[in-house]
Amino acid sequence: MSKEKQSVKDVHWLVRPRTIQILWKGGLITLAVLVLADLLITPHPYFSIDGTFGFYAWYGFFSCALMVIGAKAFGLLVKRKDTYYEDKNDSGDNNV
Amino acid sequence: MFNTFLPPSLILIVGALALPAISIRLRPFLLVFIPLLALAQIWSYDLGSAFTIDFLDYQLTPLKVDALSRLFATIFAIMAAIGGLYAMNQKRIIELVAAFIYAGSAIGVTMAGDLITVFVFWEIMAISSTLVLWSVDTNTAYKASMRYILIHLFGGVVLMAGIVCLAASTGSIEFTAMQATSPATWLILIGFLLNAGAPPLSGWLPDAYPEASYSGTVFLSAFTTKTAVYVLIRGFPGEEVLIFIGLYMIFYGIIYALLENDMRRILAYSIVNQVGFMITGIGIGTDMALNGAAAHAFTHIIYKALLLMSAGSVLYATGKRKCTDLGGLFRTMPLTMVCGVIGALSISSFPLTSGFISKSMISQAAADGHMLIVWMFLSAASAGVFLHAGIKFPWFVFFQKDSGLRPPEPPKNMRAAMVIMATLCIALGILPEYLYAILPYPVNYVPYTADHVLKMLQLLLFSGLAFFILLPMMKRTMTISLDFDWFYRYAGTKLNDFFVKIFSYATIKMNNFIVLQLSVFKDVILRHFGSDGAVTRTTSVGDMVQWVAILLSIYLVIYFL
Repeated sequence: MSKEKQSVKDVHWLVRPRTIQILWKGGLITLAVLVLADLLITPHPYFSIDGTFGFYAWYGFFSCALMVIGAKAFGLLVKRKDTYYEDKNDSGDNNV
Repeated sequence: MFNTFLPPSLILIVGALALPAISIRLRPFLLVFIPLLALAQIWSYDLGSAFTIDFLDYQLTPLKVDALSRLFATIFAIMAAIGGLYAMNQKRIIELVAAFIYAGSAIGVTMAGDLITVFVFWEIMAISSTLVLWSVDTNTAYKASMRYILIHLFGGVVLMAGIVCLAASTGSIEFTAMQATSPATWLILIGFLLNAGAPPLSGWLPDAYPEASYSGTVFLSAFTTKTAVYVLIRGFPGEEVLIFIGLYMIFYGIIYALLENDMRRILAYSIVNQVGFMITGIGIGTDMALNGAAAHAFTHIIYKALLLMSAGSVLYATGKRKCTDLGGLFRTMPLTMVCGVIGALSISSFPLTSGFISKSMISQAAADGHMLIVWMFLSAASAGVFLHAGIKFPWFVFFQKDSGLRPPEPPKNMRAAMVIMATLCIALGILPEYLYAILPYPVNYVPYTADHVLKMLQLLLFSGLAFFILLPMMKRTMTISLDFDWFYRYAGTKLNDFFVKIFSYATIKMNNFIVLQLSVFKDVILRHFGSDGAVTRTTSVGDMVQWVAILLSIYLVIYFL
């Protein structure tokens, strides 16, 4: 038995590259189906913009992308090492 | 029959104080039984009943029951019961006593009909919640608790000043809807908002909560902020400034949670985020919005407790709290993972979970009021919740990379508490009518339409896509993010050090100067008054007599001349 086979068996099935590939494909198909389902359902928009095709999909995606990038930029300003406030006397113990 | 013998708040408080005296074998049962007894008492009251006593010049109403107070008291009692189940193996009894007094005083606030009673229970909450933090015997937790109580005592003082002003100007201490138009009501509003985690002092919450024990944080997450939501619904419905404060809190929570590394601090930031939704709803102020805020508080307590129980189990089993140390725990903690994921889906308002039926009401209220901008922000925030709590928490703790940790599942009682909470999340999501029936206003809302479900799924799943595409940007780092508390944690101490330096320098200089002057002065004194000084030196009697004789003879000579 080769070493490679052994290691593939050791890895939990959920994190094998093949499973991850299938999950990505399945996820993308789900997303496509969800957007296309817009065509089947009569929308009841509150305003004019939210009645347009795939509004929630692109709005969800881009607002999240904006938040992640925004947080990253904001982080440059406020991020510090996690020992920033620590005293020399403090033990880094966990509070179990 | 109005049974005032023991109000629900006192059942919990008295029960808590009795806990240490009760044998260890019986204690676990009481941890669940006492809150359930309080719950039964809450439901024994008829709506609209009130109990008053005279106190000094005022008539206090320590018990007043209506739909809103019953809703909050109910969820607080349920929370205490399931929290008690989860905390059964907590060996530090002081934490359990404090947590139950804390829960009892939270119920006391919800059933208070006057502002003095509100204030008294408000302060008991502040002290007992600090005790929950104190019971963790570490220096870090102690310091965090001191910062925590500092803020809450300050909030208490502001609240009391407001109540005193109001009582002095109107003569009434009744707790009814107000408007922030006078200094008195502004002070009350600020006092209330401080406990909700409103800006600029929101930092106390994520600072303190993650420092409690694995079980303490679960209790802390439920009561303080949600009592604040309750008093705001009762005191300031439709106060427009709350919309902006709420929106700020929503995005504050998301941004800081995205940057955070400590798993329970991520969830603490997301408390601020979720309370932001409720505050926005209160600001909108329609029946639908207030129902939404109340319902969201109810469901939030359950799923946030579930999330923190799941995180607490991980802490209990691994002793680790940072995302950078965790990952891959789904292998050996599948139940904790599944419960955590259910909590995560609920907070993200996935269809068939509790968040879906409550948060949607707030968005609906914004849409009904034609508030396009508010609605756009709320929708973006809904997607953002999935991003910062819904995926981030389970992903980094249970999946991500293999950290090599293989911890066991937590003890039976903790698993049971998580399963009950997870079941409640899904039950409320499937059968919203039971929650809708106990909301303060009649509900005319159908969450499950094909249109609404599809829109929500699109919003959330595309948010998920954004998460996984941008995953490289979210690599966890060993960092914290500065917040407003920097001013009193860092700038304040530096300023203090600076003044200490200046003063000690000035003191040394001053001392030297005084010592020098004193020594000069001493020399002068010694010269004139010392043993050889002109004034005080001693001379013999013979010399004296001789001088007297000389003087007298000079006098004689002058006289005869």
